Parts: sequence; C-alpha cells; structure tokens
Amino acid sequence: MISESLVDLSRLQFAVTALYHFLFVPLTLGLAWILVIMEMVYVMTGKEIYRDMVKFWGKLFGINFALGVTTGITLEFQFGTNWAYYSHYVGDIFGAPLAIEGLLAFFLESTFIGLFFFGWQRLSKVGHLIATFLMALGSNLSALLILVANGWMQDPVGAEFNFQTMRMEMTDFWAVLFNPTAQAKFVHTLSAGYVTGAVFVLGISAWYLLKGRDKPFALRSFRIAAAFGFASALSVIVLGDESGYTVTESQQSKLAAMEAMWETEPAPAGLTLFALPDQAARTNHYEIKIPYVMGIIGTRTLSTEIPGINDIIAMNRARIEKGQKAVIALEALRRDPKDPTVKAVFDQYKSDLGFGLLLKKYVADVRQATPEMMDKAAEDTIPKVAPMFWSFRLMVALGVGFLLLFSWAFWASARNRIENNRWLLKTAIWFIPAPWIACELGWVVAEYGRQPWTIYGVLPTHLSTSTLSVGSIVFSLGGFIVFYTGLLIAEMYLMFKYARLGPSSLGTGKYHLEQQGA
Amino acid sequence: MDYATLKFIWWLLVGALLIGFAIMDGHDMGVGALLPFVGKNDTERRVMINSIAPHWEGNQVWFVTAGGAIFAAWPFVYATAFSGFYFAMLAVLWALFFRPVGFDYRSKVADPRWRSFWDWGLFVGGAVPPVIFGVAFGNLFLGVPFQFDDTLRVTYTGSFFGLLTPFPLLCGVVSLAMLVTQGAHYLMLRTDGDVAQRSRKAAIAFNLILAATFALAGAWLAYGIPGYAITSGGLPGAPSDPLAKEVVQQTGEWLANYSRYPATLLLPALAFASIAIGLIAAIKNKGGIAFIASSLTCTGIIGTAGASLFPFVLPSSSHPQSSLTAWDATSSHFTLGIMLGVVILFLPLVVIYTSWAYRVMRGKVTGTFIEQNSKSVY
Ligand code: HDD
Ligand code: HEM
Ligand code: HEM
Repeated sequence: MISESLVDLSRLQFAVTALYHFLFVPLTLGLAWILVIMEMVYVMTGKEIYRDMVKFWGKLFGINFALGVTTGITLEFQFGTNWAYYSHYVGDIFGAPLAIEGLLAFFLESTFIGLFFFGWQRLSKVGHLIATFLMALGSNLSALLILVANGWMQDPVGAEFNFQTMRMEMTDFWAVLFNPTAQAKFVHTLSAGYVTGAVFVLGISAWYLLKGRDKPFALRSFRIAAAFGFASALSVIVLGDESGYTVTESQQSKLAAMEAMWETEPAPAGLTLFALPDQAARTNHYEIKIPYVMGIIGTRTLSTEIPGINDIIAMNRARIEKGQKAVIALEALRRDPKDPTVKAVFDQYKSDLGFGLLLKKYVADVRQATPEMMDKAAEDTIPKVAPMFWSFRLMVALGVGFLLLFSWAFWASARNRIENNRWLLKTAIWFIPAPWIACELGWVVAEYGRQPWTIYGVLPTHLSTSTLSVGSIVFSLGGFIVFYTGLLIAEMYLMFKYARLGPSSLGTGKYHLEQQGA
Repeated sequence: MDYATLKFIWWLLVGALLIGFAIMDGHDMGVGALLPFVGKNDTERRVMINSIAPHWEGNQVWFVTAGGAIFAAWPFVYATAFSGFYFAMLAVLWALFFRPVGFDYRSKVADPRWRSFWDWGLFVGGAVPPVIFGVAFGNLFLGVPFQFDDTLRVTYTGSFFGLLTPFPLLCGVVSLAMLVTQGAHYLMLRTDGDVAQRSRKAAIAFNLILAATFALAGAWLAYGIPGYAITSGGLPGAPSDPLAKEVVQQTGEWLANYSRYPATLLLPALAFASIAIGLIAAIKNKGGIAFIASSLTCTGIIGTAGASLFPFVLPSSSHPQSSLTAWDATSSHFTLGIMLGVVILFLPLVVIYTSWAYRVMRGKVTGTFIEQNSKSVY
C-alpha cells in the first residue's frame, strides 16, 4: 500500500510550490493590462511621461515575471515527477490543455515580452504597443488554459474510463474546453489578478505622493490604477459569486465545507456569517446566520435544497459500496477482458469506480474492506471544515475591502482630491499585501476543498502519487524551500530597490533623485 | 486517419519539438555555458547576455512545450521518465532556476560579486541541463529499470547514481558539445570583436569534440550495447497497454532499423556532414552558415538517436515487457487527433512570429551599445 507520509509530503510539496507560483502570477496578469493602458495613452497623446510610466512599471513587471517563469516550470514538471499515477490516469485529457497552453499562450507571452523590453528603438510606437498587447494577451490565455485543466479536475466532464488502458480518456474536447466550472474559475482568477495589479500600482504611487516625489508621474499612475481597480474589484465579486454557483452545482461537499453546513436545511438555506465549526461533533458553536441568503446565492432559486454534510456522507457511503463492486469487476476484467458478464457488472457500477478506489487507502484488496473502513472512507469525502470556512470568509471580506478602497480612490481621483488625502494614501499602502492573501486563500478553498480527490469523484489523491521513497521527497521539498527562499529574498530586494528609486531608475535625468544631484 | 499513422506522426512531432528545443533553447544554453570563459569582463559578458536577451524566454518555451506535448501525447512516458529520473529532473529544474533570474536580475545591481554570482548561475543553467538530457538519452539505449503492475502503476527500481555509467556519460558530452557549438556559432553571428573571435575558437574546438564523441558513441552502440525487440503483441493500432506485448534484449537491435529502412542512414550522415560544414564555416568566420549547419547537426543527432530506438521510446531493463514504445505509450486516438489539429494550427504561427522577432532584433550587439544603454538592457 502507498504510505501516508508519501502522500502527505507530495501534497505539501505541491501546495508549497503552487502557492509560491501564484505569488507571481496575479501581478503578471493584472500589471500587463495596466501597461497596455498606459502605453495606449502614450500612443494617443504622445506625452513622454506615459512612456516613462510604461518603462518604469515594466521594470517591476519584469522582476516579478522572472520568478513567475522560474516557478511555473516546477509545476509543469511536477505532475510527472510526483504525481505519476495521476499523469497516467488522466494525461489523455489533462495533458492537452497543458500542451496547448505552451503552444498558444507561453510562446506568445514570452516572445513578445522580449520585444516589450528590447524593442523600444526598433519598433514604431504602434508596433511596440501591439507587442505589449500580445504579451498581455498571452499571459491571459495561459491562465485560461491552465484553468481549463484545473477546472476539469474539479468537474471532470467530457471523459470516460477505458479499462483496456486503465485510464480516463477524452470523449468530448469542447466539453472540456467550455466546462462551466473552468470558465467561472477563469474569469474570477483573472479579475483577482487585475485587482492585484491595480492595488500594487495604487499603493506604490500613493507612497510617492506621500513622500511628495515625482507627483505628475505618481498621480497619473494612481488614477489609472484606481479606475482599472474599481472595475476589477466589482467583477471579482460578481464572478466570485459565479464560482460559488458552479461549486454548488458540481461539488456539493466543497460547498458544504465552505459553509459549515452539517444538516440539510429546508430551502432556501441561511448563510452563516460567523461560527466555530467543530468537526468531531459535526456541529457549529456560536453561529450567526442570515436566513434564506445562502439558498438564493447557491442555487438561484427559492426551492432547491442544498444538502448538508451528514447527508452527503450518507450518500457517499452508498456510492462506496457500489464502487467496491466496480473495482472488483475491473480487476476481473483486467485478467479476462472478454468475459461479458464481468463487463456487464463493471458497466453497471462504473460511475462509482472512484468511490470504490477510496477504499484503497485502508486496504489493498478492496474485497476485504470492512464496514468500518467504508464509514471512514465516507467521512473522508468531506474536507476539513474549519480551514475552508475561514479561508472563504476572509477572501470574501477582502473582496469587499477592495471594493471599498477602489470606490474611495476612484471618487477621490474623479474629484481631483488625491494628493492631500493622506488617509487614502496611507490606506492604499497598507492594502498592498492584501490581494496576495486573498488569492492564496482562494486557492486553498478551491484545492483543499477538492480533497480527498485529485480528480473530483474519479481519482483519490491517495492513489495519485508517484512510487517514490519518502526520503526523496523530503530532499526535494527541502531543496525547493532553500531555493525559493533565496529567490524570494533576491526578488524582494530588487522590488524594494526599484520601487524606492521610482522613475529615477530609468536614467532619463528628469526625475526626483536625479534632480537632487544624487 | 487511422490510429497507427497518428501514433507515428506523433513520434515525429515529439522529435520535431525536441529538435526545436535543441536549436532554439540550445543556442542560449550554449551561450550561458560559454559565458564565464568567452566573456572576460563585465561589458563583454553583457554583450553575450544581450545577444540572447530578447529571445531566451521564447526559446525556453520550446522546452516547456516539449514537456507539455509529451504529457498530452505520451502520458506513460511523461509519468515514467519524470518520476523515474526524479533526481535528474530536480537537477535540471534547479539548474534552470538560475536562468530567468540570472538574465533579469544580474545587471540590475552594480556590485561585481552579485554579477559574478549570476554569471556562474547562468553557466550552471546553460551547462547542466544539456549534460543531463544527454545522460538520460544514453540510458534509454541501455534500458531503465522500471515496471508496471496490473493497474499500470509504474515503479522505478534504479537509483540516481545508477544512471551515471560510462556510455550515458559519453552521451552527456555529445549533448553538451552539440549545444555549446550551437551557442558559439550564434555568438559569432551576433557579436563582434574579441567576443566573436573567442567564440570562433570555441566553435572550432567543440565541433571537433562533437565529431569525435558522436562517432565514438555510434561505434559503442554498434558493438557494445544490446538492443531490444518486440517479439509478439504491441501492434501499432492496438489500445495503449504496455503490458500487452513480449520484448527481448538482443545484440545488434539498435542498428537494425538502418538495414530495415536504409533511408534512416541519412540522419547520421547529416550529422557528420553538417559538423564538417560547421567546422569549415567557423574556420572561415562565417557565423550565419555555421549556425545553420549546427542547427542541422542537432536535427541529425537527435534524429539518429530516435531512429535507432524506434519504435522504442523508453525500454525497461528489469522487466522488458514493461518497455514503452511509440505504439503503446500514447494517448487515445481522439486526443492524438485533436492535438495534431492544434499543432497544425499553431506551430507555424509560432515559427512565423519568432522569426519576425529575430528579424526585428537583428544585427550585432556591441560593447558601445551596451555602455550607451546601460540602464535599459540586461
Ligand atoms: C491563473 C493563472 C495561472 C495558474 C493557475 C498557473 N499559472 Fe503558470 N503561469 C501563469 C499563469 C498561471 C502566467 C501568468 O502566464 C505566468 C506567471 C508569470 C509568468 O511569467 O507567466 C506563468 C508561468 C508559467 C510557466 C513558465 C512559462 C514560460 O516559460 O514562459 C510554466 C511552465 C507554468 N506557468 C506552468 C504552470 C502549471 C503547470 C500550473 C498548474 C499547476 C500553473 N502554471 C498555474
Ligand atoms: C497556481 C495556482 C494554484 C494554487 C495556489 C494551488 C494550490 C494547491 C494547494 C494548496 C494544494 C494542496 C491541497 C492539499 O493537498 O490539501 C494543491 C494540490 C494540487 N493541485 Fe493545485 N493549485 C494551483 C493550481 C493548480 C492547477 C492549475 C492545477 C492543475 C492544472 C493543480 C493541480 C493540483 C494537484 C495535482 C494537486 C495535488 C494533489 C492534491 O493534493 O489534490 N493546481 N494545489
Ligand atoms: C467577495 C467575493 C468573493 C467571492 C464570493 C469569491 C468566491 C470564490 C469561490 C466560491 C471560490 C472557489 C471556486 C472553486 O472552488 O472552484 C473562489 C476561488 C478563488 N478566489 Fe474568490 N471570491 C471572492 C473574492 C476574491 C478576491 C477578492 C480574490 C483575490 C483578489 C479572490 C481570489 C480567488 C482565487 C485566486 C481563487 C482560486 C481560483 C478559483 O478557484 O477560481 N477571490 N472564490
């Protein structure tokens, strides 16, 4: 049997490297469009200050981008190195968007980022703007395709199990591509990236304004960020709600955990604002609830019930028993692929195969599974409630926070009262880390909430790993931590260095630090 | 299109992506590997770095895409090779870490210790991956110890140091020499003065090393290394189940394709001929011709390796039946078809805009240019 610590360490390594990658991704996604907007203004007005803005924010963009690329490659390798059985089992579907991402998105993004940085003297103004645009487009397309892949893990549509090759195979490419879960994730994640880019520019510009440096430069940047951020903050909430809706549709156990809903409630269900979930007793303490709201958000009707955790566990317990039959039939079928009676049994229970595989965590030969094992496996189908409940609430709270911040900033810039509004400027600076926290929490909700599955309802996490020794993963995880810490230090050092220098770092001689004879 | 044809086309396409990787990412890895030796001072090193600065990101995507394509088209190979060669993959990955950061961060701080640290980082990022890829390829010829169970879960039973035997190490040298030559030719084309002259010397030396080691590896393969052959099952049109065949180890099998399909002899011939042309062009100081020649060398050498192994992709030494071939390691008929459509649509586009980007940035990078644009270039 597969060792628990192997699975846990593989998960930990994936979580560390993925969350780390996503420190850099959202800024790339958002800042790219802010650069496009600034450059459009430059092309239209011809004012050099806008070109300097593109160049300066572009420098920070580059510092961030380098680590985005570095850490992305880790993830691309890691499916094969650490999730070999997963790669075999779903590569037929999952590999496709990854390969398309390379061909369609990474090539575009990475070719034009070269022209973005080095093409200023070689391209016409419009030509350069197009290069910047294609770079932004490429990065956004890459998000689309990776989220199609990830969305399929949450909601595996358009695929079927083939017992001859022992894996899932694609039956409908368009269903995979236009998977509603993936689309909802895509737009929500993109707007989260846009918020991140906007908060970053807003906060740093606010710092220049507070210091009274390079005012015309900082004010213009601030305004663009405020407008862009306002639109993005609105859409992140609206589209987050859409994500919530697709979760209700396709992943009941995740929703129940996010909402700490132990019992099925008569429709429409209430929304829990605050509670201390208690997994052992399957109840909440100190609960504060608003009636009806959850039912309306989750199902968009007044009459559809949302199932609670206890009922979901009972339903899954029944599926595990059927799944056990599927696994047994599959083993027989592997030995004798032509036996029609076994094939018929397998076809009957095939849709519960994944649930049968859950038993393999407890026993190698599922025939020997005891009722206690089935109970445990059924309980496993609910992710841990407290982290889900809190991560989700904090993300939403931050979302509301961004909307307030940008409304304020947008209002102030519309009335031309930014510079003297010290409270606004200080708040903008304090908000700089917030979008990163919200993004990371969002991924925790999405990915941790998928447990115990890597492919929801199809392949348990437990079976997905490579056959490696625990020592190898301890070694690699240690290596990643050492490398990533070092890289982060270098990155932060340069980020702070260049953010402090501001546009003076361009060496045009026009800006603050150069004017002071420094 | 029938399944067998599609599988064969995908075998060609994976080869094409690897060759694309060697030509494109190969030249900037070569530049990285030469950086501390050809660039004697800060400006010279910046000249070298800036000759590839606008392109290395795009070039690296050949690598990423080849990985993605293997995942999509040959999931068995992706799963088996990446998890089996765990430490080797980590070494490649960690070496590659130095590149994005090295290029982008190196010249943003003036401290010479900082710069020299990243110069060596770029060296590691340029020299280590080619060696490891070569060693990995070499091990394919020897067979790798792994096997599948009934659920097609793979277990690798070898160790990292088990990979480092003489023949694979020789292949590592071939691979390194191939990419360093490619990088040296590129530098002859895109730089001038001392840097170009030193690159020329390096190009001559590495062309010679490449010719010698490639010939030696060929002879070794012919006389010293038994190949693998399918004795039953494993038919081209069958569903992908590696266990549905019998395989034996047999001397001479790695050369069998050359007598079975004599046209394949053109591949090693191409490799030797283009090395010769590259060498002459380097001596005569013709960077452009040299670069084209060494690009053909990459094609010839990788083609030779592929053709010798065919239809094997990843033979198993401990349980030959588990060996992966171009016929039983692939995705489903449907997925291969979709992915072929995607490649036909997008790969030409990539080639077009990449060529355009090189055209926009054409010309020689000089020391004066670097000094004048010190704040805006790498
Ligand atoms: C929502 C967006 C998103 C998500 C969920 C991911 N990535 Fe990512 N990735 C990007 C958005 C992105 C990007 C914006 O396109 C990056 C980040 C910064 C950058 O430089 O490009 C990038 C870079 C990047 C690169 C380097 C590309 C290059 O060389 O140019 C690779 C190989 C990956 N990613 C692979 C992955 C894998 C295998 C992921 C899943 C586990 C993943 N990314 C999650
Ligand atoms: C960059 C954004 C992402 C972040 C921050 C992220 C976060 C996480 C986290 C926190 C885990 C650990 C969950 C746990 O074990 O409790 C995880 C696991 C995993 N994620 Fe993601 N994820 C991201 C993107 C993706 C994408 C796009 C995919 C697939 C395309 C993916 C595939 C996986 C897999 C295979 C695992 C390991 C198995 C598992 O634990 O379920 N992740 N990720
Ligand atoms: C206020 C409203 C918000 C709501 C209702 C909301 C809702 C959701 C839901 C339901 C998910 C889980 C989707 C899944 O499991 O498939 C999610 C994920 C996520 N959220 Fe939010 N969210 C909000 C705000 C934010 C903010 C402000 C950010 C960041 C700036 C953010 C970033 C993310 C990210 C990166 C993910 C993971 C990717 C994904 O699954 O889409 N969210 N959000």
